[in-house]
Amino acid sequence: MSGQRTRPRLRFGAPRIDMSHGAGGKATHKLIEGLLLPALENPALTPLSDAAVLPFGEARLALTTDSFVVRPLSFPGGSIGELAVNGTVNDLAVSGATPLALSSALIVEEGLATEVLEREVGAMAAAAERARVAIATGDTKVVERGKGDGLYVITTGVGVADPELELSATSVRPGDRILCSGTLGDHGAAILIARGDLELEADILSDTRPLTPLVEALKGAAGPALRFMRDPTRGGVGTVLNELARDSGLGVVLWEERIPIREVVQGACEILGIDPLYVANEGKLLAVVAPEVADAALEALRSVEGGEEAEIIGEMKEEPARMVVMHTGFGGTRMIDMLVGDPLPRIC
Amino acid sequence: MKYSREFRNADLARAVAAEIAAITDPKRHYKIMEVCGGHTHTIYRHGIKDLLPEQIELVHGPGCPVCVLPMGRVDDGIRIAERPEVIFTCFGDMMRVPGSKGNLIEMKAEGADIRMVYSPLDALRLARENPEREVVFFAIGFETTAPSTALTLKRAKKEGIENFSVFCNHVNIIPPVRALLESPDLRLDAFIGPGHVSTVIGCRPYEFMAADYGTPCVVAGFEPLDILQSILMIMRQLAEGRCEVENQYSRVVPWEGNLQALEAMAEVFELRPYFEWRGLGFIAQSALKISEAYSYFDAEIRYETPGVRVADPKACQCGEVLKGVLKPHQCRVFGTACTPEHPLGALMVSSEGACAAYYNFGRKTGERVGARR
Repeated sequence: MSGQRTRPRLRFGAPRIDMSHGAGGKATHKLIEGLLLPALENPALTPLSDAAVLPFGEARLALTTDSFVVRPLSFPGGSIGELAVNGTVNDLAVSGATPLALSSALIVEEGLATEVLEREVGAMAAAAERARVAIATGDTKVVERGKGDGLYVITTGVGVADPELELSATSVRPGDRILCSGTLGDHGAAILIARGDLELEADILSDTRPLTPLVEALKGAAGPALRFMRDPTRGGVGTVLNELARDSGLGVVLWEERIPIREVVQGACEILGIDPLYVANEGKLLAVVAPEVADAALEALRSVEGGEEAEIIGEMKEEPARMVVMHTGFGGTRMIDMLVGDPLPRIC
Repeated sequence: MKYSREFRNADLARAVAAEIAAITDPKRHYKIMEVCGGHTHTIYRHGIKDLLPEQIELVHGPGCPVCVLPMGRVDDGIRIAERPEVIFTCFGDMMRVPGSKGNLIEMKAEGADIRMVYSPLDALRLARENPEREVVFFAIGFETTAPSTALTLKRAKKEGIENFSVFCNHVNIIPPVRALLESPDLRLDAFIGPGHVSTVIGCRPYEFMAADYGTPCVVAGFEPLDILQSILMIMRQLAEGRCEVENQYSRVVPWEGNLQALEAMAEVFELRPYFEWRGLGFIAQSALKISEAYSYFDAEIRYETPGVRVADPKACQCGEVLKGVLKPHQCRVFGTACTPEHPLGALMVSSEGACAAYYNFGRKTGERVGARR
C-alpha cells in the first residue's frame, strides 16, 4: 500500500440541502458530523468550538470565521454590518481570546443602493472601534441581481488565547453553575418581527453588542474557575446547552423561574408557538463556573453594561447524563431537546 | 404576558393540585383524554403530570390537525406545489409532515415555490401581489382555523381575485370523538374539551358525550392552570357522581359559540361524506370541502389531485396512541425509527402531536431530576 492517507467515507444521507441544515439544530449537526468533519478532520477543527486554538510559538492563537446572511439588512437595534463584526469578536471572546484583527469579505448583489453599502461599511467601522479591533484585510465581490439578498458579509477573526484558561465542556464538573448574561431571544424575535411577515408590532431590539467587557469581568471574578463559555446565537440556549450536556457527559438542570426573558419577547414567542430557548441571541453569553465563585461571577457580570440582567439559570448534575431538563415555574419538570430544524410556528 | 402569568402561578397550581389529590380515590384509576394537541403541548411543556396523583392518567387524543392528515392528502398537496406556475402556501408545521416521497421542505429544496404563511390572508395577499402566478393555500385545521379560511375565501370572491385557490383539508372535532367513544378498546372516564374549537362551536355540541355515553366533559383553556382547574372540575363531577358538560374556559368560550364564524363556515364549506384520518381510518362526515358557491376557488377542482390512499408505515402504531390504548413511548418505533427529525408516524410530526410532545418534553431518565437550588 502507498503511504497515502485514506479519507473516511462520507455518510451524510440527505440527497439535497434544505433550510433545516442551516438552522443550527440536529440537521446542521448531521451535516457537520456526517460530511464536513470526516472530510476535513484535524486536531484544531475536531473540538468544534467557537474558535480553533492554534499553537504559535509560546502563545496560542484563536481563529474563527462566520458568514452573515440576515434579512432584512437592518432591523431594530442593529444591522448586518454591526452583526458581522460583533459576531466574530464574540466567538473569539467566548473562547477566552483577546481579538487581534478581523478580515471581512463583502458579497454585494448587483443593484444594491450605494447608500446601503455605505451605511453598512460605516456600521462595521463603528462596531470595530467599539470592540477595539481592526479590520485588517478584506475582499469584495459583486454577484448578479437575484443571486444574493443585497449583501452578505463574511468575517474572520484572529485573537490570542488566554494562557490561564482551559475552556471546554470536558472541564465542566457536577455542581458547577450556569450563568446567562441577560435576557434571551431578543435578537431572533426582533428579526422575526422586522421581516414583516407577521402583522405584529412589538418594541423589541436586537441585543447585538461586543461581549468582550462581559468576558473580561467574568475572567476577573472567576479566574481559572471559569470552565466554559459560549454565545448562544443560532439555535439559542437550548442548542448550546444540549451540546454542553453531550460533550461533558453530564446533565444540565435549568430553573425556569430564573431564566430572564422579556415579557414582550415571551409574548411574541407564545403567539408564534416558538420556544424562546431556541431563538437566536447576538449579544449574550452563557458561562459555566465553579459553584464557589458563582455569586461573585454574577455580581461581576451585573456590574458591566449589557450584563445588568444576568442570572444564574441552572447547574450541572451527574444525572440525567447527556440531557437538559428544566424545572418549570409551575412545579413540574420537562426536557429540553436539541432543535430539529428551523423553529416552525404552530398552526393554532 | 402579565395576563397569562396569572395562569402560571405555582402557588395556585399547588393548591389546585392538593384539592385534586384530596378528592382522588386511592383505589381507583382515572383515564382522562385531552382531545386537543394544544393541551398535550401545555401538559408536557409545564410538566403538569408531575403535579397529579398517580391514579390520574392523561390520554392524548386526536386533536392535532397536522397529525391526523393522511399521507395521500400530503402527496396531493405536494403534487400541486410542484407545478411551475404555483406558489404553494402553508402553515409552518405542515412543512415537515411526511408524504410518501418526501415533505414540503424537501420539495422546496428541489425547486418548488413553497412559502410559509401565518394566515390564509397572507396567502391571499401573495395572490394579489403575484397576478401572473397561481397561489394555492394548503388549508388544515379543526373548527379553530376553518373560519379564517372561510373569511379569506369570502374576501377573495368579493375582490374577484382569480389566481387564488384553497386545498381544503379542514376537519371537524365531533365525529372522531364519537368514534373514540364507540371504540371498545378505550374506556375513558372523562374528556378535556378543546377550548379553541369551542370558541367557534361553543359547548353545546359536546352535550351528547354526557347524555349518550355518560362521559363528563370540561371545555378547557390552554394555560397550565386552566388544565389543572378543568381536571379538578372533572374529578369533582366523578366524586359527586355527576356527568355534565362544563365550561372552564368561559372567559373566551360562549356556550353557543361564535355565530358569525359558524355562518361564514356554512356559506363556504359543506360536509364531505367520508374523510380519512391518519391512524383512525375513514370517518363519516368528519371533514369539510369547499361548497358549490365557492367551487371556483377549490384547488381539488382546479388541479389534478388523484386522492390515492397511501397506507401509513406498517411499524407505526399511531392509531393505538391516538385512541389512548398505547402511550407514545410504548409504540415499537418511538424514538428509534420514528423521531421528530424523521417522523414515520403522524404523531411525531407537529409539536402538538402526542409523540413529539412526549419526545421533546417528557422523555427523560427519571421523573424527578435534581433538586431545586
